[in-house]
Amino acid sequence: MTTPKETMVRPDRAALVPLPRMQDAAVAGQRRSDVDEWGRSEHSREVARRIFGPLYDKWFRVEWEGLEKIPRAGGALLVANHAGAIPSDAPVIMHGIEVELGRPVYGMADFFFRGVPWFGTVWARVGGVPAHPDNALRLLRDQGQLALVFPEGTKGPSKTYADRYRLRRFGRGGFVEIAMRAGVPVVPIAVVGAEESMPILFRLPGLAKVLGVPYVPVTANMLLFGPLGLAAYFPAKFKLRVLDPVTFDVPSGQERYSKSRIMEEAEKIRTTMQETIYEMLRERRSVWFG
Amino acid sequence: MGRRVLITGLDTFWGGRMAQALESDPEVEMILGMGTREPSVPLERAEFVRADQTYSILSRIVRATQVDTIVHTFLVVDSTRVPGRALHEINVIGTMNLLAAAGQSGSPVRQVVVKSSTQVYGSAATDPAWFREEMPRTSAARTRVERSLLEVEGFVRDFAEDNPATVVSVLRFANVLGTDIVTPISINLSRPLCPAIAGYDPLLQFVEEDDVTRCLEHVTRHRVPGLYNVAGAGKLPWSEVAAICGTRLLPISPVATHGAAAPLVRLGLIEFPPELESLLRYGRGVDTSRIGKTGFSCRYTSAGAVESFIRAVRLRRSVGDDPPSYTYSQDIEQFFRHSPAVLHAQGEG
Repeated sequence: MTTPKETMVRPDRAALVPLPRMQDAAVAGQRRSDVDEWGRSEHSREVARRIFGPLYDKWFRVEWEGLEKIPRAGGALLVANHAGAIPSDAPVIMHGIEVELGRPVYGMADFFFRGVPWFGTVWARVGGVPAHPDNALRLLRDQGQLALVFPEGTKGPSKTYADRYRLRRFGRGGFVEIAMRAGVPVVPIAVVGAEESMPILFRLPGLAKVLGVPYVPVTANMLLFGPLGLAAYFPAKFKLRVLDPVTFDVPSGQERYSKSRIMEEAEKIRTTMQETIYEMLRERRSVWFG
Repeated sequence: MGRRVLITGLDTFWGGRMAQALESDPEVEMILGMGTREPSVPLERAEFVRADQTYSILSRIVRATQVDTIVHTFLVVDSTRVPGRALHEINVIGTMNLLAAAGQSGSPVRQVVVKSSTQVYGSAATDPAWFREEMPRTSAARTRVERSLLEVEGFVRDFAEDNPATVVSVLRFANVLGTDIVTPISINLSRPLCPAIAGYDPLLQFVEEDDVTRCLEHVTRHRVPGLYNVAGAGKLPWSEVAAICGTRLLPISPVATHGAAAPLVRLGLIEFPPELESLLRYGRGVDTSRIGKTGFSCRYTSAGAVESFIRAVRLRRSVGDDPPSYTYSQDIEQFFRHSPAVLHAQGEG
């Protein structure tokens, strides 16, 4: 099989990512900005891609495997492991899929970001969406978009370096229920490299409580670069492997699904991802060169 | 027999608009408007009765006039309009009396239409992007308007449960903009500087004032029961709203926002009621597919409502305010309605 990079024609840059269809043509004519109903703006994405592009190509030297398993059309729920004090995996996945497949990705994350001034606005403009089940359902079922979730939640990026590549609990399996209800596949992505790009040495739970944030990490980057360490990632080599899409043999659109079935499916996906990550780590010769 | 309609708040913007709209409906036999002041719009055949804002005489009126429909437009959704105590009296006590009158034994009332607001959903970081009618709000109600509207909707729900034969329609309207209506948002947008909370650019929805009247008329005419969100299609960021209106954003501190805005409000530079504070932080979106299924659609999108509003502002900037073209005079109105000299040719008999 040829690598996806060769088989895929890069879409025209101007129309890199088709904007979600406006509710009617009249709205489009009256609008002055291209901010969509989720707060995402293709212009902001373009700026973000220009800034993140060199980091993606030269710093992290991202390599994808199995990109063809991500649907070219229709909704799909992408799930990935989450790591690094300020996780670098989310922008890598979003940038990668947008550039390689020409499809927008909505990154779903904690409501916390929405409340942070400036950051919350920028986050929304570059494709961040609060992880409300109804938001996910609309994106996946009604609009046929790609949504990216990290089922570990903040437990993933807040774990220390000693626990690297050990997947945390997958919450209550809400992502499986959403995919069932929306009738879309779950596409797991195993990420290697994010852990080493900003490893957490220890956390300051007391300070986190005072600041009202989920966690306050002390990273190796901070020790080396001081405050700059907040933004300076180590040049760990990124490898991403897309696993086979998981479909569920249940009718979509139900109000409620069997909890045991949900937990079972979530655990199955988690186990597959964990095994894939260990497999990728076995193949990895160097943290920095892959 | 045609319909006999009672409208609350005839002297207010929506009551007057609604009465005008119903006057052109041949199926409506009689329109009775209640208000604390005289109506400010010219009306052909609507009757006006002055009542205090809590409608204590309503039971008598309902019995005497045998109205079959009540359109409750007199709910205050803008806290800059009235002091807090009056807000409670108008919204909560007023609705309570209204529903008590409509639910009395042997009541002729067959439909109650209530004009509520999407403010009942509040505005918080934990909100979904689109609220459906059955979704609860995610944060506690903090402003007086929100609390009173929640209480009002609670009464209406109870009323609907106790009177299953009565059609109860509740419409939750998004923020209204249009050619004539004055709200804190419209005041801000028509000035050169308009408040924004620094670091936030929320997505907002608007509904045009004509669509509000059309929707009230739609559910009244077709006796549509249920709870509905009404808003123009699409959402747009506050910065874009300001850009369309040609006003500059005045960023207010994201912490201690209320205190930072207070001096500016006192100086009369901006309008900044508490209900605007959370809205300018997190915005709000409501799903309008349910009202769409009843056969109603807004003519204006959210962006269209902003455009309609600012065009009217531009016209006023050039030609000035319209002089008040109408003043209510009891004698004249009585003459036209009841004098034998006036011939009621159309629609009689």
